[in-house]
Amino acid sequence: MSQSNAHSSGELSHLADEESERRTPLIADLRLWAVIGIVALLIAPHFIYPVMIAKVLCFALFAAAFNLLLGFAGLLSFGHAAFFGFSAYVTGYCLQSLGFSAELGILAGTATGALLGLLIGALAIRRQGIYFAMITLALSQMVYFVCLQAPFTGGEDGLQGVPRQPLFGVIDMTRNINVYYLVLAIFCFGIFIIYRAVHSPFGQVLKSIRENEDRAISLGYDADRYKLLAFVLSATLAGLAGSTKVMIFQLASLTDVQWQMSGEVVLMAVLGGIGTMLGPILGATIIITLQNELAQIGSLTTIVQGAVFVVCVLLFRRGIVGELSHRWNRWRGRSDGRGGDAPRTVQES
Amino acid sequence: MAFFDIPLPVFMGQLLIGLINGAFYAVLSLGLALIFGLLNIVNFAHGALYMVGAFVAFLLLDILGIGYWPSLVLAPIIVGLFGIVIERLLLRPLADLDHLYGLLLTFGLALLLEGAFRHFYGVSGERYAIPDSLQGGFNLGFMFLPTYRAWVIAASLIVCIATWLLIEKTRLGATMRAAVENADLVRAFGVNVPLLVTITYGFGVALAAFAGVLAAPIYSVNPLMGSNIIIVVFAIVVIGGLGSIKGAIVSGFLLGVCEGLTRVFWPEASNIVIFVVMAIVLIVRPAGLFGKAA
Repeated sequence: MSQSNAHSSGELSHLADEESERRTPLIADLRLWAVIGIVALLIAPHFIYPVMIAKVLCFALFAAAFNLLLGFAGLLSFGHAAFFGFSAYVTGYCLQSLGFSAELGILAGTATGALLGLLIGALAIRRQGIYFAMITLALSQMVYFVCLQAPFTGGEDGLQGVPRQPLFGVIDMTRNINVYYLVLAIFCFGIFIIYRAVHSPFGQVLKSIRENEDRAISLGYDADRYKLLAFVLSATLAGLAGSTKVMIFQLASLTDVQWQMSGEVVLMAVLGGIGTMLGPILGATIIITLQNELAQIGSLTTIVQGAVFVVCVLLFRRGIVGELSHRWNRWRGRSDGRGGDAPRTVQES
Repeated sequence: MAFFDIPLPVFMGQLLIGLINGAFYAVLSLGLALIFGLLNIVNFAHGALYMVGAFVAFLLLDILGIGYWPSLVLAPIIVGLFGIVIERLLLRPLADLDHLYGLLLTFGLALLLEGAFRHFYGVSGERYAIPDSLQGGFNLGFMFLPTYRAWVIAASLIVCIATWLLIEKTRLGATMRAAVENADLVRAFGVNVPLLVTITYGFGVALAAFAGVLAAPIYSVNPLMGSNIIIVVFAIVVIGGLGSIKGAIVSGFLLGVCEGLTRVFWPEASNIVIFVVMAIVLIVRPAGLFGKAA
């Protein structure tokens, strides 16, 4: 007892530091995780099949892009497959039929994601909440039908055997390991952009709109413009992820534009933790691993995904990372002094 | 006789298909609107429960030998009871949370149901025969009207109008409308609102199952039939607005016909025409055709 008092008084002088630490506990300290993660990912392909990790990274970027919208702007899009899949088609077409080099193909796909995001976003932000979700779902279904019938998408077959054109016209991309490092670079770039967006004045305004849109408007922020910007940014990065996928699998297919894909990315974010930086990455890793394990039986994947959804929403609304960081905060709150304990536990709900 | 160079029978045939699809859209969006009114959630599982309704009818016939007419009553009751269990066990705990959680949970349910039926019945679908009493058709002179299709349109219309009358003209309906406006106040008057909510969900779900049984002889009974239709119904609900029962019914039929007519003049666009209409409505009248301005 006296020991713990001494302990807490000894830390009094660092109270200011502690306050900021409380908001970002060690297990959620992103710089630490970034360093560990990048080092691990650099050496990982020597132990694990690189295509498998590249797939996880690709979907992690997709989920993080989705989470930018849901976690930080409070907008639930049920149509992100449209950006992911349509960009994949454009990249595939550019690489296969136009002979673009890898970086130009990916750039074209990403730009397509941005443009499509601008169109769909401008329509969807006209309504809020559940209507927003339904509109994005409906518009993405429209994109699906366009992909099904458009002449350049290969219909039911999709684009198969898309060539891995050399990067910048010189670097050989036919080797899996080279593709892996390209994907890793793209992943880090995408996550960095999201990190910067969230931790910027722009991100703060988005959060304020999420918490109370009317008040943000009354303070002079053009909420619609911010929401549209967030939507376009998210769609662009989803498009980047889709384009990257073509480089990995040399394939663009209807699976990528289907509504199930939109649901999958929602699940990744919800499972990992909405509104956290690491959550979507963890969620994507779990879901992709799960899919690989259950790959033989397609219907079983659907059942398990549905069950995970239900369990997450009922018991685990913060997601894995959100829950861990919440527990960590509470544990810290209990271990140092009782004074600051009450206000922090009030957060529980 | 021709209409814009298109033979009248072809034109009328597509119009009929449009009306039938519209009938399903209307019954489904009606159920969605009812559920949304009291529970404030968009029931993503609605399409899956429509599929379950069709499967229950199929299984009743296949296992117990119970025919179409009893199934038309039994299947909605069974699925409705299932819905009541879902509401009590899964949706009730989410009542005070953000509405998006309800959407996510019912999406998970939809995946579960679809995956389960796919696991046992595959994706090829099962045939369900038209009952003997509704075989055949009428020759209207300009086209052949199959009896069953006429019945589907009539049955849907009857159910829609009956539901509308129930909501607008009965005491129960008045209580429901009051609970939509202000649940706490209605509760203060001694009405058991939680029970009302449960019954509403059960009823909305039963409507979906009813549509499923009606659809069973037209389309094959297929685990994927629900997810294909629900997204279109969502678009219709965005067009009509969830706030109005009449709006849900009218826009359901209207857009079904609209889809049918598009199939006559520009077949490739028939899949997307409803989404295009939705986009136009969002630009011109963001609150929806029948919705109140937000």
